[in-house]
Amino acid sequence: MTTYQLNVNGERREVAVDPSTPLLWVLREELNMTGTKYGCGISACGACTVHVAGVATRSCILPVSLVGERPVVTIEAIGKDPVGRAVQDAWVEKDVVQCGYCQSGQIMSAVALLKHTPKPTDANIEESMGGNICRCGTYVRIREAIKTAAQRL
Amino acid sequence: MRSLILRNRVAGLVVSASFCAFGTWIIVSGALGQARDPSRSAASRAQGVAAWEQVYSVLSHPRCINCHTATNYPQQGDDRQRHFANVVRGPEGKGVPGLNCASCHQETNADSTGVPGGHNWHLAPLSMRWQDLNDKPLSSAAVCRALTDRSQNHNLDGPGLLKHHEEEALVHWAWQPGRRPDGTLRSLPPLTHEEFVAATRRWVEAGTPCPTGR
Repeated sequence: MTTYQLNVNGERREVAVDPSTPLLWVLREELNMTGTKYGCGISACGACTVHVAGVATRSCILPVSLVGERPVVTIEAIGKDPVGRAVQDAWVEKDVVQCGYCQSGQIMSAVALLKHTPKPTDANIEESMGGNICRCGTYVRIREAIKTAAQRL
Repeated sequence: MRSLILRNRVAGLVVSASFCAFGTWIIVSGALGQARDPSRSAASRAQGVAAWEQVYSVLSHPRCINCHTATNYPQQGDDRQRHFANVVRGPEGKGVPGLNCASCHQETNADSTGVPGGHNWHLAPLSMRWQDLNDKPLSSAAVCRALTDRSQNHNLDGPGLLKHHEEEALVHWAWQPGRRPDGTLRSLPPLTHEEFVAATRRWVEAGTPCPTGR
């Protein structure tokens, strides 16, 4: 066990875990922040996406030992960010969600996209969201919601 | 006394001129001798090309060529399959906002999860593609031409290429590629890094000759 001081959603959090523990399980099991989901465990589906130093990051394959001082932002706090708020509002307005399991990861990737590309094209959306899988097939509504959020930013 | 000084000056000039002439003769005759000795020149070129082929054996290994694609995506694995999860090149070779290389690849290998990592993980620019659009590796001659074309290689001359092979972090990564997700070690290029650098040095010292042909 090793003790880590993490910056999660602007707060200092101390955890004592094995260095190889993926950040996802630190968030879910140690910090009881279950908004970030376990999907595939191999970074293939995007359900576990969080922001690490502003970069959309797959937390299921990121050992906690490699996080360091970089700030982590999860779905629990993304609504405090103006872009995050706009995206979540658009998600509700467009009624994007079906089962919802992948949606926290979808929103985190969408926010990363809009922070970098405020007026994304369809191609931008397809490329940036291409690694986030939705078994319910909500892709059309995800695209519409991203465009709606972009119009309001 | 004045005639003695004058005589010494004349003698000095004669000696200096003799040395210059002798030196010039050595340089000119040496150059002519080299030009007149095609077997020696050919041997040097042949040795340079042989060294290049060693360099190419590394460059065409999956640890290197997987990120020197001609397509919109990197490859992964020894079978050089398309990178999973719809990863794309992006405008700077570092992926796109929701799916950057850094979304998974950290500053170091993550052996516990099998994700390789290194400083500034990115794809090589398209000008340094070593494959065709069908993911088939380019020939040794074609890669050599691309590598020595300063309009394509970030204006690197021979010593610059040697320095790149000696020091670039992602070049070094090829010899410390970490573990696969199943815990086994990733395969290594056919030469050690030291052998690779030595081969590059021999190739550079020979004037970076390239094989003929396509």
